[in-house]
Amino acid sequence: MIEREITKIQELVYELRVGDVMKRGVIKVIPSTQMSDLRAVLRDNRISGTPVVEEGRLVGIISLEDFIRWLYDGGPDCAVVDRMTRKVISVFEDEPLIQAFNNLERFGFGRLPVLARGIGKLTGVITKGDIIGGLLKKLDIGYRQAEIHSTRSSHIFEDIVADKSALIFEYQVSGGDFSRAGNSAGGLKTTLLRLGISPQITRRAAIATYEAEMNLIFFTNGGKIKTKIEPEIIQIEVEDDGPGIPDIDQALKPGFSTAPEWVRELGFGAGMGLHNIQKCSDRMNLSSTVGKGTRLKVEILVGNEDGSE
Amino acid sequence: MKLQDVQQVLQAELVWNTDCGDQEVSSGHASDLISDMLTCCTPGSLLLTGLTNSQVIRTAEILDLTAICFVRGKKPQPETITLAKEKGMPLFVTQLLMYESCGRLYSKGLAVGAR
Repeated sequence: MIEREITKIQELVYELRVGDVMKRGVIKVIPSTQMSDLRAVLRDNRISGTPVVEEGRLVGIISLEDFIRWLYDGGPDCAVVDRMTRKVISVFEDEPLIQAFNNLERFGFGRLPVLARGIGKLTGVITKGDIIGGLLKKLDIGYRQAEIHSTRSSHIFEDIVADKSALIFEYQVSGGDFSRAGNSAGGLKTTLLRLGISPQITRRAAIATYEAEMNLIFFTNGGKIKTKIEPEIIQIEVEDDGPGIPDIDQALKPGFSTAPEWVRELGFGAGMGLHNIQKCSDRMNLSSTVGKGTRLKVEILVGNEDGSE
Repeated sequence: MKLQDVQQVLQAELVWNTDCGDQEVSSGHASDLISDMLTCCTPGSLLLTGLTNSQVIRTAEILDLTAICFVRGKKPQPETITLAKEKGMPLFVTQLLMYESCGRLYSKGLAVGAR
């Protein structure tokens, strides 16, 4: 594991660019800044050196060491241009981190000015701290991705030897139980992603399920959401036992709503739910008997990533 | 636009402590109607809303939104914050009205997060 991480860092120092981790908007002074004013600049910003810039162009660097030497020499006050180091080692934004790191090591510098390639304009500085910070951040992202990957079961269909295979999940939804609203859709979403279904398809399935779940909570005594996942198709069946929809055509019209006030106050009930479910699905079937219940069937084709929501 | 820029433009406060400033929002979406969010809000968006119930977090999760900013100084309910922490959803509160919040972000070039 440790060996793998080291290899990863080796890759990253080449992959990450100076521009990815550097500090922008850097403290700087101009050539005519007086040495006597430099102290405050270094002290207030807690830095040990700063670039000297003339009209955006880097002309030198002045460090705490230069400052101390000036004090030691006991010379009169002068402009930083007279005491600065002119031959500055810098890096370009588009260079890999390893380049910055090697320069810092080789010359024993604490910081390097960073320039934009071409125009030579100073855009920031990079320190060893920036490099370490950038690497750690990137590794953390990598770690999170690995975590998702390790819980992914995307190979499951390939592992099953059968002429036909399907996975079935069921979610129970209690009517009126607003506190748990969205749990089923959220659970389905996590599951689909773990199965390796694309984010676009997963989103459509999750939205359709969420809308259906809300309908169960707001309008029925509860019901169940049954999802069946096959390699090519996701089927979502939502069933309840009442009160039923008197006029399905009317219910499907965007904006038609029978939602009570409390539902609307929560931000729902604009009469878009069924219409939205239809939009998210490749096929939808809705049947209902007043007093008996409603049955909604939604199909989403796994390969149809261009399908609209 | 990065979340730290959004925060600055809206003079917004971060509701719970999360290191999210570097996260990118691709676009902005403003609505007080969950029904509307579910119909047309694009993934990766910042949601501006006056709704503070926990359902907003659920909705944002389903829609793959990046962050939520509550307008007009509305503080989210405790259960909303709890759920947001659980889901890793950054929350902001701005004192600005919805109209000005949208206007500021739009004029800074944040795209429209709807289709």
